[in-house]
Amino acid sequence: MSPSAEAVVDIRGVRRVFGDRAVLNGVDLRLHQGDVVALLGPSGTGKTTLLRILAGLDAADDGRVLVPKARSVVFQEPRLVPARRVWRNVVLGSRHVRRDRSRAVRALTEVGLASHQNAWPVTLSGGEAQRVALARALATEPGLLLLDEPFAALDALTRIRMHDLVAELIGRHNPAVLLVTHDVDEAILLADRILILDGGTIGVDVTVDIEKPRQRTDGRFAELRALLLGRLGVGQATAAAP
Amino acid sequence: MSVSELEHPPVAATPPAAVEDLSPRGGRSRAGVAWRTYRGRVLRILVPALLIALWQASSALGWADEFTLPPPSRILDAYGELWSNGDLQAALPTSLQRAGIGLALGVTIGLALGLFAGLWKIGEEVFDAPLQMLRTIPFIAVVPLFITWFGIGETPKLTLIAAATVFPMYLNTYHGVRGVDKKVIEAGQTFGLTGWRLATRVILPTALPAALTGLRYAAGVSLLALVLAEQINALEGIGYLVNNANQNQRPDIVIAGIGIYALLGIVVDVLMRLAEHFALPWRPRVTIG
Ligand SMILES: Nc1ncnc2c1ncn2[C@@H]1O[C@H](COP(=O)(O)OP(=O)(O)OP(=O)(O)O)[C@@H](O)[C@H]1O
Ligand SMILES: [Mg+2]
Repeated sequence: MSPSAEAVVDIRGVRRVFGDRAVLNGVDLRLHQGDVVALLGPSGTGKTTLLRILAGLDAADDGRVLVPKARSVVFQEPRLVPARRVWRNVVLGSRHVRRDRSRAVRALTEVGLASHQNAWPVTLSGGEAQRVALARALATEPGLLLLDEPFAALDALTRIRMHDLVAELIGRHNPAVLLVTHDVDEAILLADRILILDGGTIGVDVTVDIEKPRQRTDGRFAELRALLLGRLGVGQATAAAP
Repeated sequence: MSVSELEHPPVAATPPAAVEDLSPRGGRSRAGVAWRTYRGRVLRILVPALLIALWQASSALGWADEFTLPPPSRILDAYGELWSNGDLQAALPTSLQRAGIGLALGVTIGLALGLFAGLWKIGEEVFDAPLQMLRTIPFIAVVPLFITWFGIGETPKLTLIAAATVFPMYLNTYHGVRGVDKKVIEAGQTFGLTGWRLATRVILPTALPAALTGLRYAAGVSLLALVLAEQINALEGIGYLVNNANQNQRPDIVIAGIGIYALLGIVVDVLMRLAEHFALPWRPRVTIG
């Protein structure tokens, strides 16, 4: 990514105040096409708030927010419309739903669920529903893909599969990606850049220069994990986990 | 004692109190399984049949006065009489039409108001408070007023049925629309859905179960209102048959008329359940026991 290329996301001095507390207090962020950026931070620091502002679901109180028109969000829950079949959920926002059926099926094929196109959302497992949500997000060919802890509710095995799937799909569609997560390993596995939001601003901004596919056993992986956990205020003792 | 037996701890004959055995009952007899499968259907037919038999017997044994409580056989004769002199064929369509028109009116108004109040803040502000107040009036109480206002023709009857059915339809539709998961609505918005598209693709389909519940209640209420409305000096319809029979001291025909009302109630309920079944294929079907 050449630094001169025009940023697809450009936000400056974004503030968001709830009551008398400035949850976001001057956030700056630039993303280019193809950037995969992970956003970490302790609970309640405003990660979701920032993501909602980027999605256009909430407005900032102050600052400048420039984002692509074509944006998609995958939330922690699949948020499918229960009364619409899977393929209709995938092209939910489309102007001509029937005409776009083939696009829906193509997106479902990418997440391995083409055979479920006619299913009702209640019949899907949690992981399948989340894959449909991912297909829905990518079917619109977004310039910006926003992911708010999309794997948090999945079991460990499904999560590993989802990491591979998401990495592959991001590589193919090449949107700018902002991934909010609590999982440091997940951030290192998927992102080119990792940010930590704390005290209302982005306090840490590190580039991950480990070639993909990244192995957790890699020395640099462990080093980066230790660094990030340190900045998140978690000691080495607890950091040793998996 | 063989070695392998020693390796396995003996299985307790009865599990300790804190343990619940949920394993499928392999030991249950075929007859037991068949009984469980058909119990519902058998009891549904058997219990009413027994009650009718008891009713018939009470007359035969002289427990009940034949005139106060005519036995089922006499009621059947009454149906035969009503049929052969053409009264039933004349009365039934009249009553059904009353209930149908009143219901259609009430449901249309209730649905429109419910959608308006559910989808738009202004609709809620304008309509919800007055409707919630009117709802508390038992519709039976307004009958005399309706007669003063509309006389004793068809108008007060249809108005009464319509008025009674507006509320269940309104309340269920309004709550259904308001109850749609905000998170799903938000997801629709992130994919560019607003206004009409958001309503027709996300909100209305998701609120449909509640609206259908409202319709089912309204259909039940319409029959209730029909019975009441037909007490207002009806000159045709089931209510007229019943009132007439009452004056002529024919309890068998009165009971036959009540039976028709009951049958209509059952038919309406079955039809509504079928409609729900086909309109809501996406709903998980859960029953207990
Ligand atoms: N609509 C709201 N009204 C009032 N306060 C809010 C609102 N939304 C968020 N907040 C507050 O803003 C803070 C940041 O919330 P946010 O959901 O962005 O945190 P987060 O970083 O996503 O946390 P988590 O990691 O637990 O998801 C919290 O203290 C929360 O209580
Ligand atoms: Mg959050």
